[in-house]
Amino acid sequence: MSTIKELKDISSQVRRDIIRMVHNAASGHPGGSLSITDYLVALYFEVMDHNPEKFDMDGIGQDLFFLSNGHTSPAFYSVLARSGYFPVKELATFRKIHSRLQGHPATMEGLPGVRVASGSLGQGLSVAIGAALAKKLNNDDKTVYCLTGDGELDEGQIWEAVTYAGGKNVDNIIAAVDYNHKQIDGDIEDVLPLLDLNAKFTAFGWHVLETDGHDMEKLLETLSIAKKETGKGKPVMILLHTVMGKGVDFMENDHKWHGTAPNDEQTEKALAQLLETLGDF
Amino acid sequence: MKYDILNYADTRSGFGAGLLEAGKRNDNIVALCADLTGSLKMNAFASEFPERFFQTGISEANMIGMAAGLTIGGKIPFTGTFANFSTARVYDQVRQVVAYSQKNVKICASHAGISLGEDGATHQTLEDIALMKALPGMTVINTCDFNQTKQATIAIADYEGPVYLRFGRPKVPNFIPEDMPFEIGKAIVLEEGTDVTVIATGHLVWEALLAFDELAKEGISAEIINIHTIKPLDEEAIFKSLEKTKCVVTAEEHNILGGLGESVAGVLARNKPYPMEMVAVKDTFGQSGKPDELMEYYGLKSKNIVESVKKVLKRK
Repeated sequence: MSTIKELKDISSQVRRDIIRMVHNAASGHPGGSLSITDYLVALYFEVMDHNPEKFDMDGIGQDLFFLSNGHTSPAFYSVLARSGYFPVKELATFRKIHSRLQGHPATMEGLPGVRVASGSLGQGLSVAIGAALAKKLNNDDKTVYCLTGDGELDEGQIWEAVTYAGGKNVDNIIAAVDYNHKQIDGDIEDVLPLLDLNAKFTAFGWHVLETDGHDMEKLLETLSIAKKETGKGKPVMILLHTVMGKGVDFMENDHKWHGTAPNDEQTEKALAQLLETLGDF
Repeated sequence: MKYDILNYADTRSGFGAGLLEAGKRNDNIVALCADLTGSLKMNAFASEFPERFFQTGISEANMIGMAAGLTIGGKIPFTGTFANFSTARVYDQVRQVVAYSQKNVKICASHAGISLGEDGATHQTLEDIALMKALPGMTVINTCDFNQTKQATIAIADYEGPVYLRFGRPKVPNFIPEDMPFEIGKAIVLEEGTDVTVIATGHLVWEALLAFDELAKEGISAEIINIHTIKPLDEEAIFKSLEKTKCVVTAEEHNILGGLGESVAGVLARNKPYPMEMVAVKDTFGQSGKPDELMEYYGLKSKNIVESVKKVLKRK
């Protein structure tokens, strides 16, 4: 059991990693990565039952996580490394040639912790459902987690998957939406309004929860409720109310930071706002 | 020729029979279908193993993603829908979560080519081999009759890696002996000959055998090779035959662009060229009609193979 303070300290370090990785690569997606950081830290450092030291693809007897919005790979890689899947120093290779840390997560290079490629949006939830069904067939009572972006919900395949899991009672899955209201071209409300997401998922047969996606106590509480709701005939959806660019004041709520790397000066300014708690890579 | 018509049967029924058999042999085999269980002949598997059968409804993209997910946990998923919806409709899904992610998914596709008949060009995919062979790591198989499709289905269950298995709708001659071995990536020399090599896949294999008889009447000795695995291609078998015959005709129910013919041409061009002709659909869409009428109209009959053989012999 980690304390809230310990988890917050990890989040701060992960945010530093994100800024430094994207700066180092001079490319990547800081906005959404900063937005999902607290949720991933809660999952990997407190909630999930997993075995980072001995990664195997099948993950039988373990909770599994699928990142559908693969462009937030900096957050994913940092959390994987910091929780022990691979050496932290490898974060320095992000987006470099011959690295296991591809721009978007991939299995081809054998990076421990990644079970499927993601990047082309809208596909991760379907994969998570398949993995959840495999767990049922294997009488494996662990849970499958999946995270999607909010802009990603524009994709039709998401709603095929949502229809399937709700209609066919795939109740060992906890999905979450990083609801930061921003996508590449601007505000969700301007690009393509999602309307009442809670009502939509509820209508599709999901048990829907909502929480502040940055308040660690509330995140843990919500995940605990979500876990209790599994096995009751409905898949669980958590709407994470988040802020794009969270933790770096000049990046917050600005969609231009979806896929832009900070320059040297901006990096310095960003890092000054984020405490180094576990040592930089 | 030395083959008899054992019966008339559809290749998709061979798939259904093979899937059931594979399912009996291995508990990890699961099947998914996007609302075409009857058309894909997956009913027997579905009723024998209801807990291992997933009806996804008309959502092919989700089906491919679910299949990739099912491999995580050791399952061997077979997806079933028409060839067009198994490839073009879900190409990005197959590319990202199956091929690039190296998942052990078997994409099984019926109603390939123009021989599905009356439904017309929306359903008659002639581009699927091109699409699937372009994906790194994807094995591409096009079977020729009921027995071969059944054997191929069982064989791909034992093979680790993504596979595209292509078959068709109409009842066609079933002539491959039940005991003929099926090995992924290995060509089958159906008839030996010395003047010309004919390499055929899918429904065109029977036409090639008919051409063998017609050519024999005119004193032309054709070697008939069935290449069921278009990728990886059995280059050794191709060159072994061509060293003897020195010219080749390919035959397939696919667009002339991107199919078996182009694969063979590429191998020859990169190694040792020989005169070559291709029997295939000439870069056009199909249309409604009876299967046989369409095969005739688009030039996919034995007489077209015979014509191409005569043409290629003149170029030797």
